[in-house]
Amino acid sequence: MKPLQMNNNTSSSSSGQNCCAPPQNQLKLSPNLEARLQAVNSVAEIISEKPSWVTGVINTPSGLVPVVTAVWSREDHWGQIRSRLGAYRMEYTVKPGLYAIGTPDAVSDIFVSANYKLSFDILRRNLSGINGWILVLDTKGINVWCAAGKGTFGTEELINRVLASKLSGLVTHRRIIVPQLGATGVKASEVKKKTGFTVYFGPVEASNIKGYVDARYHATPEMRKIRFNLAQRLVLVPIELTQGFRYVPITALMILIIFGIQPSGILFYNAWFEGWPFIVLSVVTLLAGGLVTPALLPFIPFRSFALKGLFAGAAVIAPLVLLTPLGGSSMFYRASALTLFPLLSSYLALQFTGATTFTTISGVKKELKIWIPIYIAGLVISVIMLVLYKLQSWGLV
Amino acid sequence: MKYLKNVATLQYDPEKCTGCRKCTEVCPHAVFEMKDGKAKIIDKDRCMECGACALNCEFNALSVGSGTGCAAAVIMGMITGGEPVCNCGGESGGVKSTRCC
Repeated sequence: MKPLQMNNNTSSSSSGQNCCAPPQNQLKLSPNLEARLQAVNSVAEIISEKPSWVTGVINTPSGLVPVVTAVWSREDHWGQIRSRLGAYRMEYTVKPGLYAIGTPDAVSDIFVSANYKLSFDILRRNLSGINGWILVLDTKGINVWCAAGKGTFGTEELINRVLASKLSGLVTHRRIIVPQLGATGVKASEVKKKTGFTVYFGPVEASNIKGYVDARYHATPEMRKIRFNLAQRLVLVPIELTQGFRYVPITALMILIIFGIQPSGILFYNAWFEGWPFIVLSVVTLLAGGLVTPALLPFIPFRSFALKGLFAGAAVIAPLVLLTPLGGSSMFYRASALTLFPLLSSYLALQFTGATTFTTISGVKKELKIWIPIYIAGLVISVIMLVLYKLQSWGLV
Repeated sequence: MKYLKNVATLQYDPEKCTGCRKCTEVCPHAVFEMKDGKAKIIDKDRCMECGACALNCEFNALSVGSGTGCAAAVIMGMITGGEPVCNCGGESGGVKSTRCC
C-alpha cells in the first residue's frame, strides 16, 4: 500500500503535528478495497469534525491516522459526568478506526478499545507517555465488557478492523493488546488464524497497562482480577437513582389518586394527608434500592440479591412505618406499607445484578423464578390491605 | 463477594485440558489454577458465567451457559419467551435500558 500523500506534510511516521488539516480528496485506491475506503472516509470525518482530543494527523504506510492526546479536557470530564448520569451515555461515542497516541512507529503496541467514548478516554488517559496505536472497534457505543458479552466487541469485528486498518503494513510485530474483559467476545485463536496477529489479553483495568507493557506483556494475578469496591459501586448510584426517579412523578400521582378516592369523589384533602407518607416511603425505597444496597453490598447479609434488597428495604422502611407518623393510624395502612416497600426494594436490588461484576445469569434466573411469584403475592396482599384501610376509614369495616 | 452457591453452569473436562493456561489468563475471577500441568477449578461459585474461558479454550475442555445477568433482560426474555436480551446499544426495539452496560 502506497503511503497516502497529504497536502502539506510529507514526513511519514514522525511526530507530524499537522493539526487538523483537511485531507486530500483525490486518494488513489484500488477499487476493491471498500473497507479501506471506509476507514479513510472515517479519518476524513474525524479530521473535519476536529474533536478537541484529536491534536493532529500522522501519515503512515497504512494511511492517515488521527493523533489523540492523553490529556482530558474540560469537555471530556463533563462528558464522563453526563454519561454516568443517564441516557447521554447512549450517544457518547467515538468513530471506530485507528488512532495514534504519542509518536508511534512500526514497533509500537496496538491497543484495542470500544467506541464508547468513556472507554476510549480511560484508555488514552492511561496511555500517557506511551507511544502506541489505538484500534477502536464498533461496539455501538457500548463499553468493552458489555459489548464483549453481546459479541459486538467480538472476534469478527476485531478481524475486520485489523484488516481494514492495514495493521500488517503499519507495524512489524504481530501483537495486539485486547483488554482482558474483551475475552468474553474475542476468540484469540480465530483472530490469529485470520489476521496473523496474536491477541495478548491485557489487564482488566486500563490503569495497569503501563505495568503490563513494562513487564513484557505479563499481567500479575492482581491485574487479572475484576473487583467491585466501594468507589466502583458508588459510581453506579447516579444511574440507578435517575432510572428510578423517572417513575416518581407518575407513582406520586397514582398514590394521590388512590388515597383521594372517597365515596364523595376524589378529595384533595384525603389525597394529600393520607397519601404523602406513601410518596415519602416510595422515595425512601428508591434510595434503599439504588443507594444503600449498592453502597453496603458486601455488608448486607445473604448472597441472594432479592434477600439483600428485602433486608435493606425492611431495615429502612420498618422503623419509619412503625415509629414515625409515616405509619398513619391504621393497622391496615401500616400492613400495606410494610408489605409493599420492602418487596419493592428487593426487586430493585435484583435489578442491580445487571451492574455488578460477579452475578451470573443462571443465578438471576433462579432468583426471579422464586421471587416473581412472591412479588405478585406481595402486591396483591398490599392492595387488599389498602382496600381494607379505605373501607375502614369510610366506616364500612 | 460471591453470588449464589452451586448455580454457575461452568463445566470442565480435565481429559481435554492441555494445560495451555488460556483460561487462567482470561478469567477475571481466578476460578482456575494450574495444577500438575492442567487447569483446576478452585472455586466454581466465583464464576460469573462471562464465557471468556469457554470461548478461548481451543480444546473444548470448558463450557458455560453465558449471557447477560441483568434482571430486566431476563424478565423481558420470560415475557417474550426468547433469550434474555439487553437492549442497551442494540438497534432492536423494545425497552431501551440505560442502566446495565
